[in-house]
Amino acid sequence: MDYFGENSGKGNMKVFMLGWEFPPFISGGLGTACYGLTKAMDQMDIKVTFVLPKMVQSEYATHVKLMDPGSLSPSTSFKIDELKNVTFKAVGSFLQPYSSPASYQQRMEDYLRKKQAAGNPGFMSGPISGIDYTGDMYAEVHRYAEIAAGLALQEDFDIIHAHDWMTFPAAMRAAHITAKPLVVQIHSTEFDRSGENVHQMIYDIEKAGMERADKVIAVSNMTRNLIIDRYGINGDKVEVVYNGVERNSAREIGDVEINNDEKIVLFMGRITMQKGPEYFIQAAKKVLEVMDDVKFVMAGSGDLMYKAVEMAAGLGIGSKVLFTGFLRGEDVQKIYKMADLFVMPSVSEPFGLVPLEALDNDVPVIISKQSGVAEVLTHALKVDFWDINEMANKIIAVLKYPPLKITLQNHGNYEVRKLKWKDSAEKCVRIYEQCLVAV
Amino acid sequence: MASVCFYFQVHQPNRLRHYTVFDNNEHYFDDYKNAQICKKVAGKCYLPANRLLLELINRFDGRFKISYSITGTLLEQLQQFSPEVLSTFDALARTGCVEFLAETYYHSLSFLYSHDEFIEQVNKHSKTIEELFGQTPRVFRNTELIYNNELANLVESMGRFDAIISEGADHILGYRSPNFIYKPQGCERLKLLLKNYSLSDDIAFRFSNRDWAEWPLTAEKFAHWINDVNGNGYVVNLFMDYETLGEHQWEDTGIFNFIRHLPEEVLRHPDNDFKTPSEAIEAYDPVGTIDVHNLISWADTERDLSAWLGNAMQSNALHEIYRIEQKVKSLNNEKLINDWRKLQTSDHFYYMCTKYFADGDVHKYFNPYNSPYDSYINFMNVLCNLNERCAKMKNNPIPSTETSELQVVSAG
Repeated sequence: MDYFGENSGKGNMKVFMLGWEFPPFISGGLGTACYGLTKAMDQMDIKVTFVLPKMVQSEYATHVKLMDPGSLSPSTSFKIDELKNVTFKAVGSFLQPYSSPASYQQRMEDYLRKKQAAGNPGFMSGPISGIDYTGDMYAEVHRYAEIAAGLALQEDFDIIHAHDWMTFPAAMRAAHITAKPLVVQIHSTEFDRSGENVHQMIYDIEKAGMERADKVIAVSNMTRNLIIDRYGINGDKVEVVYNGVERNSAREIGDVEINNDEKIVLFMGRITMQKGPEYFIQAAKKVLEVMDDVKFVMAGSGDLMYKAVEMAAGLGIGSKVLFTGFLRGEDVQKIYKMADLFVMPSVSEPFGLVPLEALDNDVPVIISKQSGVAEVLTHALKVDFWDINEMANKIIAVLKYPPLKITLQNHGNYEVRKLKWKDSAEKCVRIYEQCLVAV
Repeated sequence: MASVCFYFQVHQPNRLRHYTVFDNNEHYFDDYKNAQICKKVAGKCYLPANRLLLELINRFDGRFKISYSITGTLLEQLQQFSPEVLSTFDALARTGCVEFLAETYYHSLSFLYSHDEFIEQVNKHSKTIEELFGQTPRVFRNTELIYNNELANLVESMGRFDAIISEGADHILGYRSPNFIYKPQGCERLKLLLKNYSLSDDIAFRFSNRDWAEWPLTAEKFAHWINDVNGNGYVVNLFMDYETLGEHQWEDTGIFNFIRHLPEEVLRHPDNDFKTPSEAIEAYDPVGTIDVHNLISWADTERDLSAWLGNAMQSNALHEIYRIEQKVKSLNNEKLINDWRKLQTSDHFYYMCTKYFADGDVHKYFNPYNSPYDSYINFMNVLCNLNERCAKMKNNPIPSTETSELQVVSAG
């Protein structure tokens, strides 16, 4: 079978894809990965129906075309100009990636409070009004599954591809009622997000989805091993597909004021347990004992943000550690332009796309050995996340020795150019083909 | 006539210990790892190879000959960790069939940066060889066979060498064969011996390669290739790392058996013999002049310096270490000077090579670091400490205590 040829006899492959977020509405790597993969598939003339939950109050940007405004369907269809082969189906829901049952509950309560205060029925009006939103996250995942599976019945496709646990109930139901093969992709597991304090409900959904799937895609060997060890999945059906990187379109961002006397070390990502922000701050403390002219910038937000601020203050380096909050678009480009070094001290990182973006922007990187991306990057400095001393040692070396920085930049930038979403998408398609042959 | 000229390079560096910017002591070297490797290689290569070659020299009654270049950094380690190896080298020296060559004591790239330092290291090495083995080297080989006209002229000007050894790289030989004696451009009396890399690499690299059309390589087959040189050359220069025997090519590849049978197979042809480099240049006249402007080496397919000087980190590290030469020497402290010199060993810069890093080939096998970046960081941290020591000593001069690092092993 050849799905790459323009006049393939069997016609173009059609994928029913269940995702969580899509640019510009993203909070992390999952949305970026879904975008990169879907875009590459679009360019291979693969038809993709991309189903995702949509916070009802969010508004889409102008490049989004609503296809059936005002219809009574529980979902909204729309297209994006640049992706001609992709149709989006947004299902109204409170689900968001990286949620825990507690944060879901919080969001739900905030919403209900606002709704009462505003007394504005329009806020939740439209196609999905009348649905009971007061259940817990578990109920919501299953309500979502019901709607998404209903969409599957109306669509024509060859295979189902679901990203991370929240889509798995929907994907399993869709696979059951359509008898199409199921591929699930694991971008992160409950162990990565919560350490050893796993939510049993989430673990059970992850395990059930992987067991039901014909093929499981892991974003790294590290994740593949975890899937086999902690979920008992048969290794024969677990494949590794590394992420790619969207090349910097070399957009000129205007002059960024750079203070040459001061070096900038960048942390960028959610400030959560998984990302190891406290190790970054402790390393910063060590660096500042030796060098003075350095600032540590933490770009991102998350549930450990206030703790991180307190920690920096407590160590007496409050003025040297700056918090920017979550950055988007041009601000991201600016911070890359200012940074001398990017550090990703993740405790557990199934892949880790941000170092690739940093290298693409000519910023050398230090990454934790506990990251999937460490498997694909050779021109990066690698440390154990807990080894504060070594992290500081390496940070200082990059700041102190320009030849080290230059060599890492040049080789690293060249290396990321070889990591293309096209290759990831082609590998996914080969996995689809294996599933289809088996059926 | 086809004379087989064996020269084995015998070397181990002083590997650095993990040294961070927060470390602050004068102990730079990983004694445990260095001892472990030294003992391992002694057991797999130096001892069995020395015994075998001694046995062959005795059996062929002076007709089997070899030569060695042993670095000072290894001699010091052998004395400390495997003195029995030194005794067997001494036994080889006393057969009269073994020639010891000269090189820089620290297996350094000093020729590229400081001729003064280069000459001091060559003299120190020759003096050590004389003390240990009772021979004053007459033939010079530079680290990694790095060579150009300027080197040949410098070595000739030292006045005590008859010949120099280098790589028979295609781009310097052109249509000419490495199986002759040459004269370096601009030299009056110095002669040049060039490595026959094809036959050398058949042993050093291809011997155990099962995908090689000539595998398995027998002594008989190899001797036939030597015989083919008769009539087209005088000398077959087989230059290789000594660790080829038992360490790069493990014993189970049959490498020792190959060497064991090689002398009898080579000597089967009445026109063949074995010669040391000094005997080869004595026996044959130069057939022409070799003109080398750009530096060559015996490394990789490029035969250039890119394995040691191919990226910004390597060139920076080398530049920095030679930049402090005067400062270090003016303090006149032997421990400081020795530490500085041990940092000059070419291996430290080889570890920083990014050329083949992604492909993971031969470079990885000999590299104690996970990445070239780690090796650069480590090296620069050590160098930084050495610099700080210099600054401290300048302020508080300590009288130097003269101790010789190597004593002559008793010949027993």
